[in-house]
Amino acid sequence: MNDILFTNARLIDPVTLQDVKGALVVKDGVIVATVTEALDTVAANYPARDVIDCGGMCLAPGIVDIGVKVSEPGERHKESFRSAGRAAAAGGVTTIVTRPDTLPSIDTPETLEFVARRAATDTAVRVLPMAALTKGREGREMTEIGFLMDAGAVAFTDCDHVVADTKVYSRALTYARSLGALVIGHVQEPILSKGASVTSGKFASLRGLPGVSAMAERMGLDRDISLLEMTGAKYHADQITTARALPALERAKRNGLDITAGVGIHHLTLNEFDVADYRTFFKLKPPLRSEDDRIAVIEAVKSGLIDIICSMHTPQDEESKRLPFEEAASGAVGLETLLPAALRLYHSGMLTLPELFRAMSLNPSRRLGLATGRLLDGAPADLILFDPDAPFIMDRFKLQSKSKNTPFDGARLEGKVHGTWVAGTRIFGGA
Amino acid sequence: MTFRANHLLGIEHLRQDEITTVLDLADRYADDNRNGVQHKDVLAGLTQINMFFENSTRTQASFELAGKRLGADVMSMAMAQSSVKKGETLIDTALTLNAMHPDLLVVRHGSSGAVDLLSQKVNCAVLNAGDGRHEHPTQALLDALTIRRAKGRLHRLSIAICGDIAHSRVARSNILLLGKMENRVRLIAPPTLMPSGVSEFGVEVFDNMAEGLRDVDVVMMLRLQKERMDGGFIPSEREYFHRYGLDAAKLALAKEDAIVMHPGPMNRGVEIDGTIADDINRSVIQTQVEMGVAVRMAAMDLLARNLRARRAEARATQGKMV
Repeated sequence: MNDILFTNARLIDPVTLQDVKGALVVKDGVIVATVTEALDTVAANYPARDVIDCGGMCLAPGIVDIGVKVSEPGERHKESFRSAGRAAAAGGVTTIVTRPDTLPSIDTPETLEFVARRAATDTAVRVLPMAALTKGREGREMTEIGFLMDAGAVAFTDCDHVVADTKVYSRALTYARSLGALVIGHVQEPILSKGASVTSGKFASLRGLPGVSAMAERMGLDRDISLLEMTGAKYHADQITTARALPALERAKRNGLDITAGVGIHHLTLNEFDVADYRTFFKLKPPLRSEDDRIAVIEAVKSGLIDIICSMHTPQDEESKRLPFEEAASGAVGLETLLPAALRLYHSGMLTLPELFRAMSLNPSRRLGLATGRLLDGAPADLILFDPDAPFIMDRFKLQSKSKNTPFDGARLEGKVHGTWVAGTRIFGGA
Repeated sequence: MTFRANHLLGIEHLRQDEITTVLDLADRYADDNRNGVQHKDVLAGLTQINMFFENSTRTQASFELAGKRLGADVMSMAMAQSSVKKGETLIDTALTLNAMHPDLLVVRHGSSGAVDLLSQKVNCAVLNAGDGRHEHPTQALLDALTIRRAKGRLHRLSIAICGDIAHSRVARSNILLLGKMENRVRLIAPPTLMPSGVSEFGVEVFDNMAEGLRDVDVVMMLRLQKERMDGGFIPSEREYFHRYGLDAAKLALAKEDAIVMHPGPMNRGVEIDGTIADDINRSVIQTQVEMGVAVRMAAMDLLARNLRARRAEARATQGKMV
């Protein structure tokens, strides 16, 4: 007897890039069969305890979101593991890969264990913690990368604190390589970007806001690529958001460096003009870019040059956003809006659903060496069931996150999650 | 007469006819100020609060005088020394003041967009007296009135704005206003002091001052904003004055009857030669100060009319509901 049989589903398979009608069978927390033929007899062929008629809705591998900020420890009023877990489940995110930019930073095995403990008791989604690359994210001394890996760290990053000292950075990369550790870099040249709150150009000048050239991103990427050539480390650029950086990324990949790149959902769906009259919920790091950059980055996701789409979930309370633009905190929550925002790219015909899930589920799983993110026999049954066409108007106060800082407040979106399963257990939706 | 705005936050959201309305009214106030005609009844019974989070002498004095000439009860707060220093947020300050029911709030703040933010939290008319590097609308309006009175018109003029454009809210407001009134605007600055994306503003851009000044009707100089610079925009003040300071030789390239303007305070010998600033045949710098009071009277008068109309309407609907 199987545990669950999903019938009448639209299977979104990011491995074969297929989007077909079919059924899917789950047993003991793993996928045991995907069926796309002889669907009339599927119920007889695969008897199951629960039969879920998907009604033609999409069944896809759950999203693996690299770079989620849960504000524990330090700022639990902004987001706790409990609230982040609920938000993730509601948003179809089955694995959150958490950032170490907390207070204090996750830079010792002891603080990492705290995170693991909180995650285990408070969330139903899978939580994979990242750790800081340098102590206190100060860019001076590398952390205990080996011990931290033993304690469960899946990647090492100082988040938006760029390690400016290339000597420290190259040593950390070299040491990380010896352990096979993944290092995640933030590719913004730190001195050029200092003090900037928007991308330079007409909009920045009209609003009188300090801007940074889009070139700062390429400078950061170029530097990191040089260091990769030097050290051979395993590397992921957290967010590539400009057209100018893409040729460098393409060359690095062609030259066989172990490099992947991500992009936040907001940079794929919004541009610099969305800031309008100083709307601080649109203040992000890196700042929103021009429309030309946005289009170029979407095309890079389509071609596979950019591997991963993430939410860059960054909770901020009202106090840190209700300030003049330059003084306001950066970042936006994204766990619950990642899927409907990504579906904008599907509805506008720019990306197919399998292409989206390749970037949101398959590629992040692959990069972290996980078996999730696939609709394959033997893969963990981390699944989401969603209606890609269900329209709604986003109301930020209905978010599960403790912080409500979404730039999509009041926006018309499409896409509603009807069910989320982790290892075959339903954690969202249903009766 | 058309003037529909509830606040004066910037030139960006004003239409051409609204600008003309302000200037027409200000023109009358300017004449009346010269002739000693009183208008104490216009803002009688209204309270005007000046909140200057950045230090200012001339703009604050100008707003204060404008309010008093129209009969408002004026209070000026030097915010630089207030509870802001104790960590109070801008919005809390705004809400506190709002609870005192002011009618007109004049605000200057060091952050771009801060006055917009504040205007969303109060229910009186807000005038932007300069926010960061964003806008300084009354300065642009007084410059426009000065030009109109000197040149007899405010369209089809060739106007050069020279100097530290990147850090200047005055330049932004002037570019917008002069563009809306259909003038040819030239920007002259070293490339390090030119804002990014400026070529998309519908202006001509020059880094050579001699070329930029050729045959212009108006030369508008800007102050070098040393306090907003984080270092290294120009090699030295003397090189800056040599290449971008307004002296007699450079001014000779402009039209014979070209006027010279400066929003003040001036750095003599940095951006402008003292003898030009004092030349009563060319310099209209003192007129600018005079027009400043008139323009601010006009702006507050118009905003107060709209405020009274809104309040009357609110009372009327309330009455119906009862």
